[in-house]
Amino acid sequence: MNFVFRNKRISGLLAIVPEHERTFLEDMKNFNFSESRSIKLKEMMGYDRHRIVQEGVCVSDLGVFGLEYLFNKGLLNRDDFDALILVTQSPDHFMPPTSNIIQGRLGLKQDLLCLDINQGCAGFLIGLAEAFLLLEQESVRKVVVINADVMSRKTSTQDRNSYPLIGDAASIALLERDSRDSVIYANLKMDGTRNEALMIPAGGFRMPSTIQTAALEDVGDNNLRAKDHLRMDGSAVFNFVQVEVPPMIEALLTFAGTSMEAVDYFICHQPNRFMLQKLADKMKLPYDKMPMNVVERFGNSSGVTIPMTIAINFSKQLVETGLQVCLAGFGVGLTWSAMLMRLHAFRFCELVDFPDRASV
Amino acid sequence: MKRVTEILKGIRPEFDFTTSQDFIRDGMLDSFDMVMLVSSLDRAYSISIEGVEIIPENFKNLQTIEALLRKHGVQQ
Repeated sequence: MNFVFRNKRISGLLAIVPEHERTFLEDMKNFNFSESRSIKLKEMMGYDRHRIVQEGVCVSDLGVFGLEYLFNKGLLNRDDFDALILVTQSPDHFMPPTSNIIQGRLGLKQDLLCLDINQGCAGFLIGLAEAFLLLEQESVRKVVVINADVMSRKTSTQDRNSYPLIGDAASIALLERDSRDSVIYANLKMDGTRNEALMIPAGGFRMPSTIQTAALEDVGDNNLRAKDHLRMDGSAVFNFVQVEVPPMIEALLTFAGTSMEAVDYFICHQPNRFMLQKLADKMKLPYDKMPMNVVERFGNSSGVTIPMTIAINFSKQLVETGLQVCLAGFGVGLTWSAMLMRLHAFRFCELVDFPDRASV
Repeated sequence: MKRVTEILKGIRPEFDFTTSQDFIRDGMLDSFDMVMLVSSLDRAYSISIEGVEIIPENFKNLQTIEALLRKHGVQQ
């Protein structure tokens, strides 16, 4: 489904990562995997380190920390935004919405629309789209979109297909109207028939958590996982990305009346380097037009890998020249989305550590 | 075929890949191994196996791998 958003922009990005770091090789030692195999895998998939929250840390902790950082630095005023969107798959509770919890903990005004969106690796773009729609309202001057996940807490430490790759992180994007004559093009697609490709089977109302669902089961290849844990059909997800994402991007560029050459960077969600390289090959893109350096340093932190890529790589370029970018996310749902926009200098664009001592 | 067998042996030295008709069913290749195999084949034959081709059916046994390589213009 195509969308067009006029005179809107992202005006700030903050990425927040837990201070606690683990290395891929350190984790792989737990899996009866020879060191030489681990090293080969590390090189191919681009896994080096990942950031994991300490026990007890929740999404609201990362969100509150990030917003307080912006308030304290004078980069954002607490009354300046009229909507707070939180995109997460790992809420603090089933109810209330975690966005309300963040509002309450920070003592934000009551005239604030708080909204949780349950989305994963495509979630950053879904959150942006929702925010751009809200900005059509006169009463909404600015929108904060928090994208955060602490999926390590729902991943079996004995599942080597998931745990060594997962990263916890959050991002805060500030969105507002743009005085320039800017146009943002977006395409969002969903396919619920493939909803089981990425799933936490137990813990909801369909299959409540019990002692049985918490029990680790042998799921093959010496991996142990419970029904309470994240389950990923890696092969199906890999295939889905390769089949669906290139034509979506191509169709978006056609819809926008532009070409691949006119795009400075294709900033995709980063599950692993191998998948991105195959995606770039398919799209006939040189690898340097598709940044891949987030997953190796921080792990796969769902949709947050996209804002993190911008914060780490492009803050200087945004000030100097601005960038034409195509963002693309793909994952749970299944959901896949792309957005074409021009990024200009932000009010803030940085990455900060969430200190271990801030753990609750 | 010998070169493919050597590549497979490099990834999982503990198995004899000439005796199995289904590497995945027989537990000789898992999803990580498949990634390593694709990457090794890409490098060895200067090809780029497409993402959509990375499915278990193409890596079931030596014959299916050979057929995939032929599709990319590799003559064994």
